Amino acid sequence: MQHASSRRFKENARRALDDAQLQRALGHVKKNFVERRAAAAARLPEFEALRDRARDIKNHVLENLDVYLERFEAKVVANGGQVHWCADAEAARQTILRICRSVNAKLVTRGKTMIGEEIALNDFLEANAITPIETDLGEYIIQLRHEPPSHLIAPAIHVNKEQVAETFRAAHTDLDPKRPLTEPPALLAEARAKLRSRFLAADVGITGANFLVAETGSSIIVTNEGNGDLTQTLPKIHIVLASLEKVVPTLEDAATILRVLARSATGQEMSVYTTVSTGPRRADDLDGPEQYHVVLLDNGRSRMLGSEFREALRCIRCGACLNHCPIYHAVGGHAYGWVYSGPIGAVLTPSLIGVEEAGHLPNASTFCGRCESVCPMRIPLPKMMRHWREREFERHLSPPAARWALRLWAFAAKRPALYRLGASIAARLLKLRGGQSGRIASLPLAGGWTAHRDMPAPEGRSFQQLWAERSRP
Amino acid sequence: MSDTRGQILGAIRKSLRREAPSPQMQAEIQARLADPPRGPVPARGQLEPRARLELFVAMAKEAACTIVRVADVATVPSAVADYLARENLPAKLRVAPDPAVADLPWSTRPLLEVSTGRSDGSDEVSLTPALAGIAETGTLMLTSGPERPTTLNFLPETHIVMLTAEQVVGGMEEAWDRLRERYGRGVMPRTVNLVTGPSRSADIEQTLQMGAHGPRRLHIILVDGEATAEP
Repeated sequence: MQHASSRRFKENARRALDDAQLQRALGHVKKNFVERRAAAAARLPEFEALRDRARDIKNHVLENLDVYLERFEAKVVANGGQVHWCADAEAARQTILRICRSVNAKLVTRGKTMIGEEIALNDFLEANAITPIETDLGEYIIQLRHEPPSHLIAPAIHVNKEQVAETFRAAHTDLDPKRPLTEPPALLAEARAKLRSRFLAADVGITGANFLVAETGSSIIVTNEGNGDLTQTLPKIHIVLASLEKVVPTLEDAATILRVLARSATGQEMSVYTTVSTGPRRADDLDGPEQYHVVLLDNGRSRMLGSEFREALRCIRCGACLNHCPIYHAVGGHAYGWVYSGPIGAVLTPSLIGVEEAGHLPNASTFCGRCESVCPMRIPLPKMMRHWREREFERHLSPPAARWALRLWAFAAKRPALYRLGASIAARLLKLRGGQSGRIASLPLAGGWTAHRDMPAPEGRSFQQLWAERSRP
Repeated sequence: MSDTRGQILGAIRKSLRREAPSPQMQAEIQARLADPPRGPVPARGQLEPRARLELFVAMAKEAACTIVRVADVATVPSAVADYLARENLPAKLRVAPDPAVADLPWSTRPLLEVSTGRSDGSDEVSLTPALAGIAETGTLMLTSGPERPTTLNFLPETHIVMLTAEQVVGGMEEAWDRLRERYGRGVMPRTVNLVTGPSRSADIEQTLQMGAHGPRRLHIILVDGEATAEP
């Protein structure tokens, strides 16, 4: 699996906050994605009803996941394709390698897949003398830079155009070093030209899947660039790399979820290319792959299904929760230290690589609830992050000071008179400490807060006291 | 290896706290697959034919398509030639071998160089027929087959699609109906492309640019018996 640095979330976050270039790039997320999604949702009166329906469809699928996967498999086989069940990342990598070797593949084109990141496929293929080429523009840029993606749908969002130009100059050494590369159109044109020859030369094309359709045995991918289509049309072999929970019953169900997907992701009514692929090319077809393989990956999902994190399996990877998250806005995707970032990353990562590795992530939340309010699949992300905090506490993974503070608080909270007394004393002491400025610059036990900013001092009375005064006639 | 399947299905059932599905469950799911229920279809996907056609045109334009409306199929070669001249493109065209477009009266525009077949990447302009247009989002439905190679939809820089007014449906579900009418229930061509505008990317600094890997231009020729002169 992909190496994780989630244990170092705090250091990662600190570095991200000090990175002026990254902070500028994150400004795009805060503004563009949020405004566009809001406009798209407002334009479709049925949007909320569609979210309800989308949630219900996925709940139904998860409740019957075994049945739908068997149906899906039967249809793939009936259409001349193959399904490979893989328990973990290693099994998936070996399966893909076996398929590539069966045709002596040297060059593999890749459509964007998060699962490919999850199983660290590119490094593995390279180690086995197969060259993988990412073809999504953002993925291509970060592949050349040897970086992981920092966003679900905009993987190179942390990179600015000057850095892209630098990267292209370093990678495309056959081109004139003096060529102008200052503006995005020149950069896009260069990537297009470079990748076109790769599309035509590739032996195998690997894509992900936004949906697997049980009714027809099809995989569906959604892109704006058309790279996924060239990846799966031109080579001899098309491999679809997808996790179990991508299955939906019918094309109608896919239609419902498609209506919320693009709107939640980029604010588009519909992404440019939604492509349904079923089996290999037909007998008299003039193009298309000769083989169609679906690598179906579990990697912890079947276990998640039986846990309180089941609902996270409804996720369609639109990125809306990242786009609306104040923590993501502040630190970006790399700080999370593994493949999935933002609120969904904070829930999925501990499920997939363990709470020991990723326990910091569910703590990186203000619990403002924006993620849940925009999630097209209505995943209760804050509730799940709370579950992880509980587990971390139960397993004694949280720091001792925090544990004692919580115990003390719990002790008081169960004794209303003591709580009231404590709160009113604390409020008064903090007011004194705040002095004339009303701000507290340092506080014992709260250094984590005051090291970075002042704490506003309370007014001197507790909430309960204020409430009691107000309620008095 | 072969039992990984059984292990995964077993793990799923364990998590669902039940045994293998009962015949009754299987039957319920079979019924749902055989007669797919529809989710909410947006009101804008349920307009009467004229309004539906206007919505399709408006949405396709919003997605950065260009559209020309012609009165009958016989005038499509002229519409193609005029478009290529206007856009300063070579008068050379790769056409899908589908009779709907291959058998158009191309001799009416003798200066157009027309060939049929798949694309190997050297063609600048292609013409393919659509199976349906979806008014809700201005989306084209294109299906692959011996007469409609998928490469024509992606490799040329300019993609021209012929669509007739009666092919325009309201919502996505109706387009699936058309697909099933054409191929049979549960039967699919290798590729169904739902295309909404030309290729684009915003991966560099969130700046939208057209023509990423697919066509830079998507031009729709809408054959509409009630159409009058353009634009």
